[in-house]
Amino acid sequence: MKMENKWIYIIGFAVVAIMVLGILAYGASKDFEFGGADDQGGDVISDLDPEYEPWWDGIWGDYELPGETESMLFALQAAIGAVIIGYVIGRLHNPNKNKRE
Amino acid sequence: MHIMEGFLPWQWCLVWFVIAIPFVAIGVKKIIEIIRDHPEQKMTVALAGAFIFLLSSLKLPSVTGSSSHPTGTGLSAVLYGVFCTSVLSTIVLIFQALLLAHGGFSTLGANVFSMGIAGPAAGILVWLLLRKANMSVPVSMFFAAMVANLFTYVVTALQLTLAFGGAAGYGTAFVEFMTVFAVTQIPLALIEGVIFGMFAKYLSDTRPQIFGIDTANEVTA
Repeated sequence: MKMENKWIYIIGFAVVAIMVLGILAYGASKDFEFGGADDQGGDVISDLDPEYEPWWDGIWGDYELPGETESMLFALQAAIGAVIIGYVIGRLHNPNKNKRE
Repeated sequence: MHIMEGFLPWQWCLVWFVIAIPFVAIGVKKIIEIIRDHPEQKMTVALAGAFIFLLSSLKLPSVTGSSSHPTGTGLSAVLYGVFCTSVLSTIVLIFQALLLAHGGFSTLGANVFSMGIAGPAAGILVWLLLRKANMSVPVSMFFAAMVANLFTYVVTALQLTLAFGGAAGYGTAFVEFMTVFAVTQIPLALIEGVIFGMFAKYLSDTRPQIFGIDTANEVTA
């Protein structure tokens, strides 16, 4: 049972990794830029309704966060999530509490 | 799924705020109740929120040549329902709007509706149907997380179509927005489904009562 479980996780992560790599390889062959879909949504709006002007630039105004800072903040967000998930898994794994009936 | 700041006419911003706020308000009340009445569930609430934090920060490439996010709402939706999920999503969306200029405050209502309410609701529906049909927890979770992700982006496309379809025709606009958002999302939804399916497998092995307790709560609520 335990061994079988291990394989489920290994195969699961392998599937995810292969999908991401496959998409990137496909993208490389087609010269995709992989820009954000959210920004493309904005482009579609300009196409459909050229008159439309965004009515607010947000609290940061015209200032665009440096790419470095942005990737740091995204990493921070991921880290916060990952730390909590790791902590909970650790707690769940406590063998003393892991009674099976 | 993040509609950018200023990219939704203010009337529509208002509409989505009016729809989203009651869900978030009820959700806050529910989370406070869970923490007060079931302190042992504090950790699972944190876990559900942590998945939204982690997965929605990952920008993944897709076959359409653009990048987009998983939503991470599947576990929270299945365990704690739409109301609680709307609160957890709101926290993440505020974090991203404030620090990352990703999404925005004017469009917060619309984004909370798609990511925190409509997507999770669709996921829960799939979960309940599959569990009724005696599908296993991991398989049901795979489909629930996948549908929650995909439907979030379908709703974003709908929201933008409603706001901008007038000029070019609603049909054309919907196809355009669906291509940008929903089609891009298909591979990401699959990836998210696999991740949640594996985690559900782990949870149902180590703590089967997490899923058992929940169905009891669902019936009384």
